[in-house]
Amino acid sequence: MRDKTTTLDGAVAVVEDGMTIGIGGWGSRRKPMALVEALLRTPARDLTVVSFGGPDVGLLCAAGKVREVVFGFVSLDSIAYDPHFARARQTGAISVRELDEGMVVAGLRAAAQRLPFLPTRAGLGSDVLTYYPGLKTIRSPYEDGEELVAMPALNLDVALVHLNRADPHGNAAYHGPDPYFDDLFCLAARHRIVSCERVVPTAELVDGVAPQALLLNRMMVDAVVEAPGGASFTSCVPDYGRDEAAQRAYVDAASAGASA
Amino acid sequence: MSGFTRAEVCAVACADLFAADGEVLASPMGTMPIIGARLARLTSNPDLLLSDGEAFLLADTPPLGGTAPLEGWLPYRKVFDVVAAGTRHVVMGANQLDRFGNQNISCIGDHDRPKRQMFGSRGAPGNTINHRTSYWVAKHAPRVFVERVDFVSGVGYDRAVGPHHDVHRVVTNLAVLDFAGPDHAMRIASVHPGVDIEQVQAATGFPLVVPDDVPVTREPTDEELKLLREVLDPKGIRDKEVPS
Repeated sequence: MRDKTTTLDGAVAVVEDGMTIGIGGWGSRRKPMALVEALLRTPARDLTVVSFGGPDVGLLCAAGKVREVVFGFVSLDSIAYDPHFARARQTGAISVRELDEGMVVAGLRAAAQRLPFLPTRAGLGSDVLTYYPGLKTIRSPYEDGEELVAMPALNLDVALVHLNRADPHGNAAYHGPDPYFDDLFCLAARHRIVSCERVVPTAELVDGVAPQALLLNRMMVDAVVEAPGGASFTSCVPDYGRDEAAQRAYVDAASAGASA
Repeated sequence: MSGFTRAEVCAVACADLFAADGEVLASPMGTMPIIGARLARLTSNPDLLLSDGEAFLLADTPPLGGTAPLEGWLPYRKVFDVVAAGTRHVVMGANQLDRFGNQNISCIGDHDRPKRQMFGSRGAPGNTINHRTSYWVAKHAPRVFVERVDFVSGVGYDRAVGPHHDVHRVVTNLAVLDFAGPDHAMRIASVHPGVDIEQVQAATGFPLVVPDDVPVTREPTDEELKLLREVLDPKGIRDKEVPS
């Protein structure tokens, strides 16, 4: 079996201008922050970012890496809004594709299943549709005839996710209570990068958890990076909770930048 | 028990949102709806399901900031299944709300370059089109209750499509509102004790439907006051959200 371990910088070197990058986690929870920070060190720009957004989106916007954000929300959980993202929006520095968060799930699921779209009710009647001119609805071909949103596949070039443990081959487990949608991000992407708190031998990976926690298998992963603290300041329970002081400092620095 | 605060009236009005829901998931956003959902489970609707806001369902009813034993697992992926299945009642906040219940939590101003970016639409479009939705507004003001919202996140009655749209009520610090007016226009369902109709209308940026007899929002019972003060919110966090 192949050894897929590499470094943070080595892993993100695949990212090229104009790519679509999917980022796992949720809000300010288990975000692959070390990978995002590595991405900031590359020359890549004009990125489209798909995320259940938190400081990952804020950092990339602040660094001028982003052309478009595809999102249902951007929030830091214990602090409502991300000031970097807000400023990027309020200065018109980025474009956005605003979706209902369920539409993001449907779009990732469609991409994961190699389907052009999946039907969903989410979005109907809302301004999400108004501001997505290319989006189509589809009528049920059965007797009900209900009109539904045909959410297009969110095909990703690269997925970045952070889990608690992985083996060198790309099998990986989460130890916290929520897998979020990290498996879907990997299934929706051509190139999949997993960072983790610790790389361990396969036997140790499997022995450490209930089998349901083995979220990723090696078919879903191209690169593995050991990055202790790699989600911080966001949470990566049970290894660590959110560093609220560091998050507060991030927000203060971002807000200070706004008035400078 | 003598006397009660406006916050306690609001908590009970939030609890009453869930009273007839039966065995569904309560998803209260914000302090007062959380108190309300927990109060409902301890009184009118013991079948209600409560989550910890992370990934678990709670077997017992904790105080604000407290923990409780678990009864199930509900990570985000399963929350989306519950939304689609419709066995959920969400109580969301609103930066803006119009007379037909359209809600904005996305941005203020032009969507291409907003004056103020908020969350984004979150799950509001999917929530409102899939299952019962209510709103909590801690400060009833014309800034919130507007003629037109800048962005429709949660879908109101004039734009509703599909078989499952159900915007139930709006609870504020002044009144309870429903959508029983002509064409589902927002109507005063009740005014809180000590509030008059003119006060509610003055705090609303469009004309409300006012029935001939406007009831007063019911007062908390002694049992409810005891649960609020001694069990659910002994630190009185409710009074910070709605000062008396």
